[in-house]
Amino acid sequence: MAKDNQYCTFYLDGYYFGVEVLQVQEVIRYQEMTSVPLAHPVVRGLINLRGQIVTAIDLRRRLGFADRPADQLPMNVVIRTDEGAVSFLVDEIGDVLDVDQDSFERAPETMQGPARELIRGVHKLKDGLLLILDKDKAIQIDCVPALAGENGE
Amino acid sequence: MSDLSDIVNEFLVESYENLDQLDRSLVSLERDPSERATLASIFRTIHTIKGTSGFLGFSKLEAVTHVGENLLSRLRDGVLTLTPPIASGLLAMVDAVRAILANIESAGQEGDGEYSALIAGLTALQEANGDGAANATPAQPAQAGGKDQGNDEAAALFAETQAELAAAESAQANPGVTSPSAETQPEVTALPASPASASMAEGDHLQFDTPGAAGDQGTHRGGISESNIRVDVSLLDKLMNLVGELVLARNQILQWSSTAEDSSFLATTQRLNLITTELQEGVMKTRMQPIGNIWSKFPRVVRDLATACGKKIRIEMEGRETELDKTIIESIKDPLTHIVRNSADHGIEEPAQRIAAGKPEEGCLYLRAYHEGGQVNIEISDDGRGLDGEKIKAKALQRGLITPEQAARMNERELVNLIFLPGFSTAEKVTNVSGRGVGMDVVKTNIEKIGGTVDIQSRPGHGTTLKIKIPLTLAIIPALVVTTGGDRFAIPQVSLLELVRLEGEQARKGIERIQGAPVYRLRGHLLPLVHLNKQLQITNHGATADDAINIVVLQADDRQFGLVVDEINDTEEIVVKPLAKQLKGLAVFAGATIMGDGKVALILDVLGIAQRSNVVSELRDRSLGEEKKEGEGRGETKQTLLLFSVGEQGRMAIPLDLVARLEEFSSSIVEQADRQDVVQYRGQILPLIRLGNWFGDASASTSEPMQVVVYTENGRSVGLVVERIVDIVEESITMQRRSSRPGLLGSAVVHGRVTDLIDVPGVIRSIDPSFFEAAVA
Repeated sequence: MAKDNQYCTFYLDGYYFGVEVLQVQEVIRYQEMTSVPLAHPVVRGLINLRGQIVTAIDLRRRLGFADRPADQLPMNVVIRTDEGAVSFLVDEIGDVLDVDQDSFERAPETMQGPARELIRGVHKLKDGLLLILDKDKAIQIDCVPALAGENGE
Repeated sequence: MSDLSDIVNEFLVESYENLDQLDRSLVSLERDPSERATLASIFRTIHTIKGTSGFLGFSKLEAVTHVGENLLSRLRDGVLTLTPPIASGLLAMVDAVRAILANIESAGQEGDGEYSALIAGLTALQEANGDGAANATPAQPAQAGGKDQGNDEAAALFAETQAELAAAESAQANPGVTSPSAETQPEVTALPASPASASMAEGDHLQFDTPGAAGDQGTHRGGISESNIRVDVSLLDKLMNLVGELVLARNQILQWSSTAEDSSFLATTQRLNLITTELQEGVMKTRMQPIGNIWSKFPRVVRDLATACGKKIRIEMEGRETELDKTIIESIKDPLTHIVRNSADHGIEEPAQRIAAGKPEEGCLYLRAYHEGGQVNIEISDDGRGLDGEKIKAKALQRGLITPEQAARMNERELVNLIFLPGFSTAEKVTNVSGRGVGMDVVKTNIEKIGGTVDIQSRPGHGTTLKIKIPLTLAIIPALVVTTGGDRFAIPQVSLLELVRLEGEQARKGIERIQGAPVYRLRGHLLPLVHLNKQLQITNHGATADDAINIVVLQADDRQFGLVVDEINDTEEIVVKPLAKQLKGLAVFAGATIMGDGKVALILDVLGIAQRSNVVSELRDRSLGEEKKEGEGRGETKQTLLLFSVGEQGRMAIPLDLVARLEEFSSSIVEQADRQDVVQYRGQILPLIRLGNWFGDASASTSEPMQVVVYTENGRSVGLVVERIVDIVEESITMQRRSSRPGLLGSAVVHGRVTDLIDVPGVIRSIDPSFFEAAVA
């Protein structure tokens, strides 16, 4: 069994997603966030994770999905990165899944939108598809749109 | 021992440490003479002691270590091999050094021990070759006894040493402050210490009976070396981080305890609070270093530079003991060096030019450091030619750094600050010291990186002053917490000047607009206002309950602006945490911190906000202000006045320095004494003078509560009851009209309105003629 085959799974807008379990530091319930004005809209805020300040990225927004309903609180999937932890906000947490490497396939070319770049591929499961998220790309937010096109008052 | 200078103390500590190491090294070397690294370390140690003792004027110590060093150098070069007699000789030398050090520590001087025999012995050892040494040495102990013998040799040695010393001294321009041993220290301690027994050394050194013997040296030594310990900086860093976390936890508990009612819990919290504060201060102190540590190399730098350029430059320092966090010391080292080099190279003129300009031939570089408001200020001034605005402009144009239109708009001060642009250098000829076009921009970036600011002021022909302001420490900073749009933000206190709160009438009328840009008149100067919620594009859902306006007056670069926030909460010590890279592009935030309730708050970057809101690029506004200020500086004296109104008397003013306090009293507490209104105030009876009545204005009403200006003279106070305090202004006053009316000095135009200046002593005298006499008596 190859190492990469264990996935931490979660749901986003009805889709079933997974990130490699080794990249996940922890999964925690909704945390109160401090929003960061002027930041990229996908950055929903900062959370205090036991004295560590962690940036929360809303995966729905990152992938170009519609925002989750206001009454639904997101969960945090805290990911280890080279520059400290980053939290992905997801709708719901699934199981940790062992997946057969053979079921993997690249994402179809017809897939459009921002999700195209962020999905490394798809595992064909018995009862659906597991979309594999490229966490390195997902945490890369280069442009800060709020800075462009306006200059104060 | 009490009057030993710090330098000597440091020297002693280091030397003792080194000597302990030396004993072990020598012994291990004797066992294995081929250990070159050990030999090199021994050589370095002795060399260091010799060098430092030379600086400090300990000539005996120097003479002893000098022969030791010579011997060691021959060993190191392989001319001699280490034989037991040589080892014994060296160990005896170590003991002699110890004895002298002990004397220095106890008596402040080298003592009257006589070491010529030892010196002669060591000299003989070094002259003998490897084989001969063994034969030659047995004679030495005998010789050591006779003190007169070998004196000539010693004298010759001394002469030689002195010459060398002089050479060393001229190489190190300012011996007083250097401690060269510090440089070699890491290498020495890095060497594996051989666990050899001291008793072995003891046995050997008996051959050479050193005067001022080792008897009680142990107890003396304990004094200094046992009260000092070397600690790895990374350990201190870790401690600092932990203390940071502790401060956060403390803040959280404090917040929680404010709602608790358990008294023992509250008491414990109080203790925790105190202990944490002390611990924080203590840990911070361990990381503090005097700025003199980096200044100490400047005399040398300046001397070399001066020699290379054919100039004469003197360097003066003030506030060398000013302490700064080690990380900050490290990061300002290079910028400071660069500035000093620049001043010496570009700033100070050649002697001929100086004389022609009527200045003393010798230029002066003046370094000054001092604490001010939780910050350290460092000033580097020279009395050189100053910066030539026109030349800078021409250069900037030539390099394409600014456009001609920009150049035309710039004032002198802005021109001078152009030298901070990347790729700027005014040196006409590029010397090997500076003028390569990398420099001042790097200086500025480096200083800003650690939260500091640089400002340059120059008077052509008179010199240049660079003023650097830097925070004391980076990890934990005091900050003001404000709320806007329901979110809290921390503002580093470093940039904070004052807080202004406008209520009611003032709030509606106080803020004026110039082409939509809001401004507030703060003591006669226009203060541009920046609304934090607009800058951050926060919608104000939690609209403020009252219509008051809170203005946080901030300093960005050299400009002031008012940041309008919904609410001003409190000041707090915060731990600065960097923002993740997804948020790095946001210049308006300097980082984030965790507040007492465990939530995250963003730290505002004052400069970033100023730039974003264009405060920092409003060139013209400021230049007008500057000119005005200069005008005031020249002709008239500036005064700070307290403005108030009294009924129909219009506006009145008294100089603020006559005012002890402003108080509000409820009229219900007014009592009568000797037909005079009085109130009890701080355990005294404070007579009240109703200024309205005094000036015979029947319409004068007293507001409730009463506004009272307390005037104090030699411990006696009088309260002047006024109707309304208007403002405090700073203006230059020209008395337009002298007054014949008692109680008034005259009238002047203050802030665009005619204002009566009150003769406070005159008023008081009319009520209580004895007030001043009594005060004098």
